Amino acid sequence: MSGTTTPAEKDSALTRLTRDPISRRRFVAAAGGTTAISTLLVACGDDDDSGSRANSDDMSTTTEMSGSNDAIAQFGKGDVGILNYALTLEYIEDDFYRDVIGSGLFKGADLELIRSFGKDEAAHVAALTQTVRKLGAKPAPKPKTKFPLDDARSVLELAATVENLGAAAYLGQAPRIESDAVLAAALSIHAVEGRHAAALNTLTEQSFVPDGAFAKPADAATVLDSVQPFLVG
Amino acid sequence: MSNHLTHESEARMGQHQIAAAAAQPAAPELEAVEFEPLSRGALIARGALGAAALYGAIAAGPLVRRAFAQMGGGDVEILNFALTLEYLEAAFYERALDQVDLGSETTEFAETILGDENEHVAALEKTIKSLGGKPVTAPMVEFPFSDEAAFLKLAQTLEDTGVAAYDGAAPAIESKELLATAGSIVQVEARHAARIRLARNQPPAPNAFDPTLTQRQVLKAVAPFVKA
Repeated sequence: MSGTTTPAEKDSALTRLTRDPISRRRFVAAAGGTTAISTLLVACGDDDDSGSRANSDDMSTTTEMSGSNDAIAQFGKGDVGILNYALTLEYIEDDFYRDVIGSGLFKGADLELIRSFGKDEAAHVAALTQTVRKLGAKPAPKPKTKFPLDDARSVLELAATVENLGAAAYLGQAPRIESDAVLAAALSIHAVEGRHAAALNTLTEQSFVPDGAFAKPADAATVLDSVQPFLVG
Repeated sequence: MSNHLTHESEARMGQHQIAAAAAQPAAPELEAVEFEPLSRGALIARGALGAAALYGAIAAGPLVRRAFAQMGGGDVEILNFALTLEYLEAAFYERALDQVDLGSETTEFAETILGDENEHVAALEKTIKSLGGKPVTAPMVEFPFSDEAAFLKLAQTLEDTGVAAYDGAAPAIESKELLATAGSIVQVEARHAARIRLARNQPPAPNAFDPTLTQRQVLKAVAPFVKA
């Protein structure tokens, strides 16, 4: 396949496909035909648990695969933990783009692209915060961040790294999500992170599909280790 | 697949409607599906696009819809739906690379994308067989591209539609392993869409939340490219 160069640092940051055993889930209607996020917000306000894939099979699956995903327990149980983990990552991305815009390193089309990506991340923060509240839980606190913003090129490369990691993070959690409404929303955000990553990879002359035909997921421990350098206090 | 089920389908749709369907998915009431005289085109589409059986089951009314529901709506059907789209995408890039005079940059990413789509086809065929199912046959297709600009425009629509199709179908997947694979594929489709959009000076991520489409909407959108 031409044009597919895999940067070594990306490979080390991403882990291999999570191999959880097949488990049967209740058949549910697809959330297609509307935006996933509106489905999510409607569904989460409902006490009826239809559309949840939690069952005894899934419980045992969760136990089996908990090893590398223990890192997520600090954010809460089940879907709330996953949503708060995602929220933490979105907070970091949102902060990053705000700092980049404020740095004055970009203008013109590049600045426009960065602004639009920043707006997406802010929308993700708002949706995830609202969803966690609808589930009766407390949204994760906003972390304090600091990013090395030295020159335009290194900032774009950092943006690409962050977005590729974000896409891999969502992919890593998707099979663990219990509620179909939450899953639909996560997949919808996941695709947007993938789009951001591909655009930034292209701008920094990296392959837009660095993993080839099948994107690789990242587990929570790997992702949290990778963002640690950008957290302060 | 139950492509013997009685059904009707709208066989022709303007390209602008595809783009509209991809950009603004409606929330259709199944009962509101329009009935049109069964045209020759519709018959052709039915014969060629095995996965259209689902659309047909919905369009044919409550009786057939119930019959369809008894088939279980399982993972094999969803995988065959995805396979139909991947066949279509693979054929699209293969034809374009063969027939259209593309610049070197476009050729390079189109070859990469073709390779990805072919890998998706192979993986889906293998998975369907491993589940004891029968992979649908590749539809006969025809694409209206004459030059690079027309190719890129259609490529953008197809990839955006692919993302919406996978994201729309994924929550109904029963197996976690298959869900992980579908997620892995949809991210790659999203990356294709972004790359093509950049080449067209279009926003790579036009929405903060990628829209979803139902199988019916997707099959309707791709119907114009399917022929006998």
